Amino acid sequence: MPAAVTEAPHRQRETLGSASRTGCAHCGLPAAPRSRHEAGPLFCCDGCATAFSVLQEAGLTQYYELRERRPVAVRLNGRRYDEFAHPAFESQYVQTQPDGARHVELFIEGVHCAACVWLVERLPLLLPGVLRAELQVSRSLATVEWDPARTDLPAIARALSTLGYPPHPFRGVKREAIRRAADRAALLRIGVAGAIAVNVMLAALAMYSGWLHDGMERSLERYFRWISLVLSLATLAGPGRVFFAGAWAAVRARTLHLDLPIALALGAAFARGSINTIVDRGPVYFDAVALLVFLLLIGRYLQQRGQRLTADASELLASLTPNAALVRQPDDSTRELPLSALLPGMIVVVRPGDTVPADGVVLEGDSSIDSALLTGESRPQRAMAGTPVFAGTINVAGTLIVRVDRAGEATRVAEILHRVEESANRRAPIVILANRMAGYFVAIVLLLALVTLGIWWSHDPAGAVDHAIALLIVTCPCALAMATPLAVTVAVGRAARRGILVRGGDVIEALATPGTLLLDKTGTLTHGKLTLIQWEGPEWVKPFVLALERDARHPVAAAFQAAWPDMTAPNAVDVCHVPGAGVVGSVAGRAVLVGSPAFAASRGVEGVRSPADAGTPVVVAIDGVATAFAGFADTLRGDSAASVQRLRAEGWCVRILSGDDRAVVERVARTVGVARDDAIGGASPEAKLHEVERLRIAAREPVVMVGDGVNDAAAIAAASAGIAVHGGAEASLASADVYLGRPGLTPLLELTEGARRTMRIIRRNIAFSLTYNALGVFLAMAGLINPLIAAILMPVSSITVLLASWYGRSFERAPAGARQ
Amino acid sequence: MSVIYLVLPLALLVVGAAVAAFAWAARRGQFDDLDTPALRVLHEDHIPPRSKRSGTDAGD
Repeated sequence: MPAAVTEAPHRQRETLGSASRTGCAHCGLPAAPRSRHEAGPLFCCDGCATAFSVLQEAGLTQYYELRERRPVAVRLNGRRYDEFAHPAFESQYVQTQPDGARHVELFIEGVHCAACVWLVERLPLLLPGVLRAELQVSRSLATVEWDPARTDLPAIARALSTLGYPPHPFRGVKREAIRRAADRAALLRIGVAGAIAVNVMLAALAMYSGWLHDGMERSLERYFRWISLVLSLATLAGPGRVFFAGAWAAVRARTLHLDLPIALALGAAFARGSINTIVDRGPVYFDAVALLVFLLLIGRYLQQRGQRLTADASELLASLTPNAALVRQPDDSTRELPLSALLPGMIVVVRPGDTVPADGVVLEGDSSIDSALLTGESRPQRAMAGTPVFAGTINVAGTLIVRVDRAGEATRVAEILHRVEESANRRAPIVILANRMAGYFVAIVLLLALVTLGIWWSHDPAGAVDHAIALLIVTCPCALAMATPLAVTVAVGRAARRGILVRGGDVIEALATPGTLLLDKTGTLTHGKLTLIQWEGPEWVKPFVLALERDARHPVAAAFQAAWPDMTAPNAVDVCHVPGAGVVGSVAGRAVLVGSPAFAASRGVEGVRSPADAGTPVVVAIDGVATAFAGFADTLRGDSAASVQRLRAEGWCVRILSGDDRAVVERVARTVGVARDDAIGGASPEAKLHEVERLRIAAREPVVMVGDGVNDAAAIAAASAGIAVHGGAEASLASADVYLGRPGLTPLLELTEGARRTMRIIRRNIAFSLTYNALGVFLAMAGLINPLIAAILMPVSSITVLLASWYGRSFERAPAGARQ
Repeated sequence: MSVIYLVLPLALLVVGAAVAAFAWAARRGQFDDLDTPALRVLHEDHIPPRSKRSGTDAGD
């Protein structure tokens, strides 16, 4: 499992209060000695205490012995998971089985070892009514079956959440069934083809042995030939049918596909072998046919699996995004509803840190809205009663009450996503090198077969047909067909282990040749969030600041928390957040204020001034006197400038395409070394899309778009290769070909380097297979081919390609000098 | 050597049985998840079996 997926839960871990020597009995984090649990074991928080007592009561304490790592601290999120029982949710994710039991697949956070498997699968013991719980540890995917008469899904979700495994509905559930069936069918095909291939080869071995010595008994040889014929027919009609189906589809679409020469060779070899068996003379090629089907199916299966792994990983990531809204009922109580059940006119409650679920207008509350992912603007905007808000933006400060105006498909973000789909459909697919070559290949082989036929015709008409067919068989592009899939599969697998998820091998080709590279600014070149860049003031003030900001979700608070992660802070009382201004409270008997200079001045603080540097200024006042000043800005990622320079050195034309303010974009462009003309600011999602399309038409080289937001998604989908960076929005993830699972641009360098190396391996593979084919053509035209040579030449060429792909260095090492 | 006329079809029957067993296992989803069962085998206790016989498999 790529690191990106398992990382999410750890991010939630926050700095804890005053540390003590004793650890929490559940998770081992520092536990605060508190009166409530004085007699018994200590806990760091109520979440862990609950999880511990649940395990004690159910007699499941074996969990603590089984675990290899300490569990993640349980954070009670207070969710009731009401939406898991809503009809809209059920119709999307829940299946009813013939015996009445319900079945659901849940993506579970925080799964990492055998103890998690043990605990999750003991769910029937904890919760009567749960019939079965099974966990796939590699994908963090749990299958749960329950009896609807005895329990319900919200109860199951709450139980999992209490144990420290917050569940999410698995978004890919619809495709999963189809895929699983396809996987099993592919495996079955390989099994059947393998069994047949081995037996046909055993028969062939017997015949070759006879052929090399003084000859086999005629009747016995005939017997072997007929058995091989029947087995080969079985492998062609069964597992091998996929190649004929592929070739037929290519013929009907009037394109040249590698299945075409494969089907031709398999067909010709089998036809010739069958005729020779019936007339009882001449070579049969059944061993080659059976082995070819087997090897080609393996190549195809590997390719399919590689794509499956990355598709899985991105679907699991997508499952993490919220899908419930807190709706206020007429009687003022709140209820969680799935997003798909939201209707215009409903009143939703958006808590700090939540994503706004629909487009609407704020009715009550005072907060800031971070729309970086939707528009690319780096600074949060104030939101009060009357302010319109949009789905997909994040509420950062206070609770907002919002009236839904447009929900689901009608929202602005849905409109953008619709455009993403359109541009993805319109995009011309990259014709991969192997398929481009297949066209020439088929033409040349057919031509050579005709030439062979012509040359030999005058001497020996019967022999001429044999030689032409031998040529068709020996040039069967087995190695050519495996050259690209194998190299790409190996590269994609290794990239995934480095946290780079590549979906579809065709982008590897687009990334191997430098072209134009468009970079988004907010979240891609920069961190996309505020960072403490300046601190003027004494050390002793810091714990006071942290005491006030510890539990807040505002960007400034988050920046303070991130800047001093290990600092312990005393408890604050009477904390009062003033949205858009600051926070006041009392710490250790002293009045503390943290806020904007204007806010501090309005509260009568003495000595207020703005710090010299640019950025968002914050004043800290203790007992009414300004004691410290802090500056915040959305800073560049540490590796941005160096990465841009290296990309340029590799030959890429690097440009910036951002939705943020022009002045900010130009300042960033200057810092990373991009010319002013190459930096575009204030670009709307549509403008970004047009720019990418314009460049794709103007330049004949690949256009690569790198971004993180919903506003980049359409451009990402339209680019030759779209790349979503770490921490990006779901939409950019869904439309991208590549997801960089580690922060920063360094993985991008690894990606281009890896793509170049992979293309080198592909070219080498193709060269190998063409050399073998040229040798085969020469022997066939000279009339020297016999079944034994064909039987040796073909698997050897495939195995060479296989080994070369496996041992070729694609993503094995980080590119020199690019390691963090 | 005439015994081979009998032995070869017999051998193919054995192969057929092996293929059938493989097909049964693949269709039952035995190869869907190759990681978790390796961990599950370490647990000494057993989960009580489902009250009703699980006639249907997860993926079918």
